[in-house]
Amino acid sequence: MQNNRLHITLFTLLGIALIVLFLANISLGAVKIPLYDVLQSITGGEASKTSWHYIILNYRLPKAITALLAGIGLSIGGLLMQTLFRNPLAGPDVLGLNSGASLGVAFVILASGILPAVLAGVFLSAYGIVLASVAGSFIVLLAILAVAQRLRDTMAILIIGLMFTSFTGAIVGVLTYFSTAEQLQKYTFWALGSLGNLPWNNIVLLTYVVLAGLLMAAVTLKPLDALLLGERYAKSMGINFKRTRFIIILATSLLTGCITAFAGPIAFVGLVVPHMAKLLFKTSSHKILFWATLLIGAVLMLLCDIFTQLPGSSFILPINAITSIIGAPVVIALLLNKRKGIFN
Amino acid sequence: MTTGKTILQANTISIGYTAKKENRTVASSINLIFKAGTLTAVIGANGIGKSTLLRTLTGIQKPIEGSVMLNDKNISSYTSANLAQHLSIVLTESLPPSNLTVYELVALGRQPYTNWVGNLTTEDRSKINEALQLTQTDHLSGKKHFEISDGQLQKVLIARALAQDTPLIVLDEPTTHLDLQHKVSLLRLLKKLATEQGKCILYSTHDLDLALQLSNELIVMTQDTVTQNTPQQCIESKIFDRLFSDDGIIFDPVKGSFTIR
Repeated sequence: MQNNRLHITLFTLLGIALIVLFLANISLGAVKIPLYDVLQSITGGEASKTSWHYIILNYRLPKAITALLAGIGLSIGGLLMQTLFRNPLAGPDVLGLNSGASLGVAFVILASGILPAVLAGVFLSAYGIVLASVAGSFIVLLAILAVAQRLRDTMAILIIGLMFTSFTGAIVGVLTYFSTAEQLQKYTFWALGSLGNLPWNNIVLLTYVVLAGLLMAAVTLKPLDALLLGERYAKSMGINFKRTRFIIILATSLLTGCITAFAGPIAFVGLVVPHMAKLLFKTSSHKILFWATLLIGAVLMLLCDIFTQLPGSSFILPINAITSIIGAPVVIALLLNKRKGIFN
Repeated sequence: MTTGKTILQANTISIGYTAKKENRTVASSINLIFKAGTLTAVIGANGIGKSTLLRTLTGIQKPIEGSVMLNDKNISSYTSANLAQHLSIVLTESLPPSNLTVYELVALGRQPYTNWVGNLTTEDRSKINEALQLTQTDHLSGKKHFEISDGQLQKVLIARALAQDTPLIVLDEPTTHLDLQHKVSLLRLLKKLATEQGKCILYSTHDLDLALQLSNELIVMTQDTVTQNTPQQCIESKIFDRLFSDDGIIFDPVKGSFTIR
């Protein structure tokens, strides 16, 4: 039971890292707020300066929570995709789910000018964007699944994902021609990705959706283990494959769609985090990988978000740039360290 | 031991597949009986319908006519969860990439019995250990499934089926990719499981000479008929001469193998 001890150690370390980074994330930024005041503010007390209290409750805390939720949701989505598609390179962004969500949002933001004002108002509300985004990723996932049914070749599925990405990119490009400068700016800012600026009611909505997605993922943990042997074995062990696949797809589209709607298309997290979990914990058991992926996803996202705020400056880099800068080398390293267990 | 009890029965079935909404019958009026404690091999040329027969017998596809009875109950009336406690399979297809250890892989066989997160009870663990010991793979239990040889992996997959604790085990060409020594050792293992554990084991193979020596019964599929007999009866009925459409391949009843003219 050497693995057990390794797992306990890793979980403890990740738990500590999560708390430390969460607090650091709130404390660091354009204005550095001492840890003591951070703790005071989030536990219901008063910080020593009212401006700090205001910054923490209305800016830093929402941002940290969004980072936490986005990291968890995208990573779990990636874990589900990788087992479902039996493909180590599957992930919400690689399969084009992000692009699907982007397309949904692009339709809502860019095409709203064509719609009557009342409808446009509905569409542009937070719920409208979330719905469009979830619908977009759901449609892409269904399309990919339809292709996956016909083609056994997993490489083909990835190529189809790439095709979807460029296809949706092209449609967004066409849409930009028909939109006003103001709409275009709004869309561009959204597409760069940002974890901040979310009002509390949106965060509550995001929390509910992420929780729902996680709950659905939790139900599929046992079937996911069976799927490690492939579809036919899973079925022979009494797994209801169609239902499992539907739940996985729904959970992933909800997670990816909702997070993309609020934080923009964030790349690489969904792909990289499950691999980090598998490499660190050296297991394939989804019961453990679920918690490992969840924790690593949260930790990594909080860390990436800290890097977006260059210390001592008021510049904020787009979160998407940071995750890509960290993510791309990790993927390359993974490919170069080809091991039969991960890539064969 | 429940040796002799009928586990699986095919009542005058026609097998085939549906292509473009049209039923294509591969073979018809097949009557088969599989009893506990017997090892049965399915023999036939490529494309004759071995896989279709196995798929029909395991309830993956329905027979065009007739019925397949598993423990006196129509196999199509089982729920997938219930069927998993009566029937386990071993496939030849390669496993998807994963970090599964041999122990974890065998433990997956307990899925039909575990709770919703798949926690293993003491009984589950003892079944897994028993399966590993029976297949003599317990020394591999800590290894990753991709670190062991093809022959060992095939045994581990059989251990997984044993852990699933079903009266019937169906194997799809378990001896392909193996050398002679490992083929023999694998078939001996299957024979041992049938006799000692009272399992009803059904496998398809192209190794006729080995199947003749190590199986209790053979199902021979030719262009016109599907017959079930003991190896001795099969040889006497000269059915093997009709196995291949090539007249140059003839069966030598003394040697128990094919010769090429």
